[in-house]
Amino acid sequence: MKIFRFIPILAVLLILSSSDANAQCKAFARQTCIPALEAFTHDGNYHATTLVAGEEAELYKTFYSGMEYRLAVCGDDNLPPVEFRVLDANRNVIYSNKESDYARIWDFKLESSQQLKIMVRVTTAGPQTTTPPSGCVAIMFGFKLKQ
Amino acid sequence: MNKFFKMDNGVPALVILFAILLSACNSGGKSVKSEGATFRATRDNAALYDDLKKAEKIFYTLPSPLESAMLIKSAGALFDNTILNPVDNAKNYSTNRSMALNLGIFTCDLSFVSLYDQTQMIIDYMNAAKKMADGLGILDAISEEDISKLEENIHNQEVIMEIISQTYLNSNSYLEDNGQPAIAAMVLTGGWIEGLYLSTKLVSPKDIATNKLAGRIVDQKLSIDNLMSMLTGNKGNPAIDDILVQMERVKAVFDKITITTTDIKPEYSEAERLTLLRSQAKSNLTVEVFRELSSVVTEIRNSFVK
Repeated sequence: MKIFRFIPILAVLLILSSSDANAQCKAFARQTCIPALEAFTHDGNYHATTLVAGEEAELYKTFYSGMEYRLAVCGDDNLPPVEFRVLDANRNVIYSNKESDYARIWDFKLESSQQLKIMVRVTTAGPQTTTPPSGCVAIMFGFKLKQ
Repeated sequence: MNKFFKMDNGVPALVILFAILLSACNSGGKSVKSEGATFRATRDNAALYDDLKKAEKIFYTLPSPLESAMLIKSAGALFDNTILNPVDNAKNYSTNRSMALNLGIFTCDLSFVSLYDQTQMIIDYMNAAKKMADGLGILDAISEEDISKLEENIHNQEVIMEIISQTYLNSNSYLEDNGQPAIAAMVLTGGWIEGLYLSTKLVSPKDIATNKLAGRIVDQKLSIDNLMSMLTGNKGNPAIDDILVQMERVKAVFDKITITTTDIKPEYSEAERLTLLRSQAKSNLTVEVFRELSSVVTEIRNSFVK
């Protein structure tokens, strides 16, 4: 039962690594994904999480007519390509970055305001390993200022 | 076997294991976590709900204070400082609930004054937002360097927007990463309700057929369900439960408005280098419903800033 003596240490290490992973995700979102918005103003919202190859995340957001938007979906360098699809309220796919060589940005504007759903998935491309790669994925939005 | 349950190893071990499980749940990678709202617009979205089960992580998002202020400005509304929450009120907020709601409210007001180049008010509202963030223990959300940078660039709207965006991101991410999603939800609620409040105050009921801002108010119907789900995900927190009841009233008024939209037809524009999502929308906002919405929103917002 000596193993139990190490559990508190293990627990502390795991908790610290969890909070460290969160901090790393925040830094990743700031340093890698926000710059991808370029001339678009970041809206200030934060959406980032750790995903393993094969896992999905979803985001729901209202987009407004008359505004120009940039959607940026960024994955850690150690992850396989990150696929994202944009769906309308009827689940019709209106954009997929798979057809644009997994581009990480998409610029768009709307004639009428709409709720859209962004589905993000870390692909399983690349060499199969015993431990699937995991890393931070951030979803950021920017809009263009209208003077 | 009894050794397992000795206080000097087994019980602490179980407690620690429980802590590990809690920590793992909180890290957000493996479980479906409902932080915000649902996907519901004007059509039957039942099929979309089925998808929720498959995702490892779900984000529900509201227009940020910066986006809300931009929607107001781009609709052609004129500046009116009398409708903002006075910065002097900052000293009145001492509970987590009031500080969180008013962090969102002050950030929305800050975004609003910055878009109308109200230089002194930009500094004042940034300081009011900082007071709220500091009170909530959000470390370095708004630093002294941010205030100095703001002062140095007070006539540079682009830099100001960047600072507001960054400080709002700091607050959001800190609260999410430190296991305070309920507080984060209150900040978002405060910012959203302030944007809606300012909009309703800047539109005269007789102009709803022609005022572009009235259309922006109707658009918020698309976000109310997101807000409700975000709050529901934090149910059990007394402050959230109370806010949920208030937001149910806003939703009840929005339910009286119908928006119909045609299917989206994406069309790539080479000239603009972007995709244009073509679709038409119609809504049936009446003067009576507008007045009711304005009245309910005003009552709730005033209870937040009291």
